[in-house]
Amino acid sequence: MKKIWMGAVLAGSLTLGGCGGDKPAETAKTEATAPAGGAAATPDEANGGTITGKVAFAGEKPKMATLDMSANPACERAHKGSPQKSEEVVVNENGTLKYTFVWVKSGLPADKQWAVPAGTTSLDQNGCMYKPRVIGLMTGQNFEIKNSDPTNHNIHPQPTVNTDWNESQSPGQAPMTKSFGRQEVMIPVKCNVHPWMRAYIGVVGHPFFAVTGDDGTFTIKGLPPGTYVIQSWHEKYGPMEQTVTVGAKESKTVEFSYKS
Amino acid sequence: MHLNSVGSLWLRRYAMFVACCTFGLVIAGGLVTSNDAALSVPDWPLSWGRLVPTLEGGIRYEFAHRVAAMLVGLLTVGLALAVGTEKPLPDGRGSDGTTHLHAEPRPSGSGSWLAWAAVAVVLAQAALGGVAVRFVTPAWATIAHAALGQLFFAILVAICVGLYAGYGGGWAAPTVVCTVALFSQTILGACVRYGVMTPVAHIVGALFATMLVMWAGLNILLQNLENPRLRRPALVLLSITFSQVFLGIGSYMARIVYAGAPQPMPVLVLFTVAHVAVGSLAVGAAVALAMLARPNAFRVHGGTGCRRTPGGRSTGCCCCIPSWAPA
Ligand code: HEM
Ligand SMILES: [Cu+2]
Repeated sequence: MKKIWMGAVLAGSLTLGGCGGDKPAETAKTEATAPAGGAAATPDEANGGTITGKVAFAGEKPKMATLDMSANPACERAHKGSPQKSEEVVVNENGTLKYTFVWVKSGLPADKQWAVPAGTTSLDQNGCMYKPRVIGLMTGQNFEIKNSDPTNHNIHPQPTVNTDWNESQSPGQAPMTKSFGRQEVMIPVKCNVHPWMRAYIGVVGHPFFAVTGDDGTFTIKGLPPGTYVIQSWHEKYGPMEQTVTVGAKESKTVEFSYKS
Repeated sequence: MHLNSVGSLWLRRYAMFVACCTFGLVIAGGLVTSNDAALSVPDWPLSWGRLVPTLEGGIRYEFAHRVAAMLVGLLTVGLALAVGTEKPLPDGRGSDGTTHLHAEPRPSGSGSWLAWAAVAVVLAQAALGGVAVRFVTPAWATIAHAALGQLFFAILVAICVGLYAGYGGGWAAPTVVCTVALFSQTILGACVRYGVMTPVAHIVGALFATMLVMWAGLNILLQNLENPRLRRPALVLLSITFSQVFLGIGSYMARIVYAGAPQPMPVLVLFTVAHVAVGSLAVGAAVALAMLARPNAFRVHGGTGCRRTPGGRSTGCCCCIPSWAPA
């Protein structure tokens, strides 16, 4: 664990040296920081505040383009019968928006160090698509990149605050483990072998974030009592913010509403 | 027979061949960027750790570009060696025996210099390509790579034209200004392409470049209506530049139409590749016109220009490109 932290700090300071200047407000602040000797905090789910909500979508569902995968027969075969549509906008059955990243943008105690969430987050390349399209990570949190396809992929995140990299992953190659050292909302990821492949990674300096799924809801648990700016971020419709105050053991609901 | 040795005829053909291959390489490079395929091969100099990777998706473009670049590199070294060893007959006589006035002692001397410069550029290109791959396409490296690519093609055009018209002599300023303007315009284009500049700079640049081309081109054209050696290249430069403006407008419109597309769209790819390729041709045409418009052009082979032998065959420089021979 210690090693990961040190790596994260190193990566963080490297990028800091490499790219000073103006950064977007939401990315500039937090850096992966090792807890100074003491243990890092974990969200107190029993006593903390909870923010739940959904990301609603109003208006006509945009028609997504069908992806042309003919450049790579293996990809095309994976979608035989039902060609893959672009996942830029996915409106769920219940009129909510999938793949929206929701996170606590500000309001957390500045000096508090948070432990990396348990469990493995993974980004799979399957059917020449990233599964899922949007993931959230804490700074320094490892995640796994897998290739379930019988074809070659390169993984190329395009961060502005973190360090750039681009690596290949052949069929059957072992998953690779990666992490990002600095807060950045969002990092686009793409594959240049299959230029339609696109994912977004939200990297946040604390564990209070979520990504909407098939029901368009999100839950952020274990917040210390306080007033928070909650931001939702969608790749096409951009960010939205709301301010919420939660007390201990209190639960509040927030709804974001995007329009076509 | 032609003005120089037979070897020099072959040298010209070979130089033309290398220039044509280079044009193909420019197109291959345009295909890589417009298909966003540059990083589909994440390693260098090997490709996916192998000599030949699986040719699928974007890898096809990137690998084809690497192979074409290597071939052109080798051909260019060959050209430098060939131009360097080329020697005219000692007293400036062509192999047809006629004495050529004002012959330089070694007309290909500057050609050799240019050819080695081309070798240097091709090596720099390989290094920049490597930097782009290893350091994940820093904008400066990709823009430099695009600019040097254009410069490389321009040098090859200069070598080819020089093999016909000689290298020495003064320059006609307007044609040089045109060349510089068009070359700068390709750099601005690359800056737009890689997102470090707004298209406005490139569009304003196009306005300037087109005006300069019209000024120099029309001047030369109108003053040389009877002289195909200048009339034709001037016409070529003018028409290529105009085509380029239309292709530019086409690329711009395609960019707007396909702004939200989830992947590179064929029409957009077509327009941008054509725009990059014809951009190269415009710079090349400007270089050619600049070289042909020199007061000393063709003097190497005898300043008198074309002559006809009693048998009706033309001799002298202009017959190297048969259609250039005046009636
Ligand atoms: C007159 C001479 C012109 C020259 C020599 C020229 C040259 C170039 C070159 C070389 C590039 C690509 C660089 C690279 O990718 O490496 C480029 C890109 C571009 N040019 Fe031009 N250009 C000219 C005029 C115009 C005009 C009139 C317009 C539009 C109104 C235009 C619009 C564009 C656009 C939009 C791009 C970016 C294409 C893309 O990647 O999507 N150009 N130009
Ligand atoms: Cu891929």
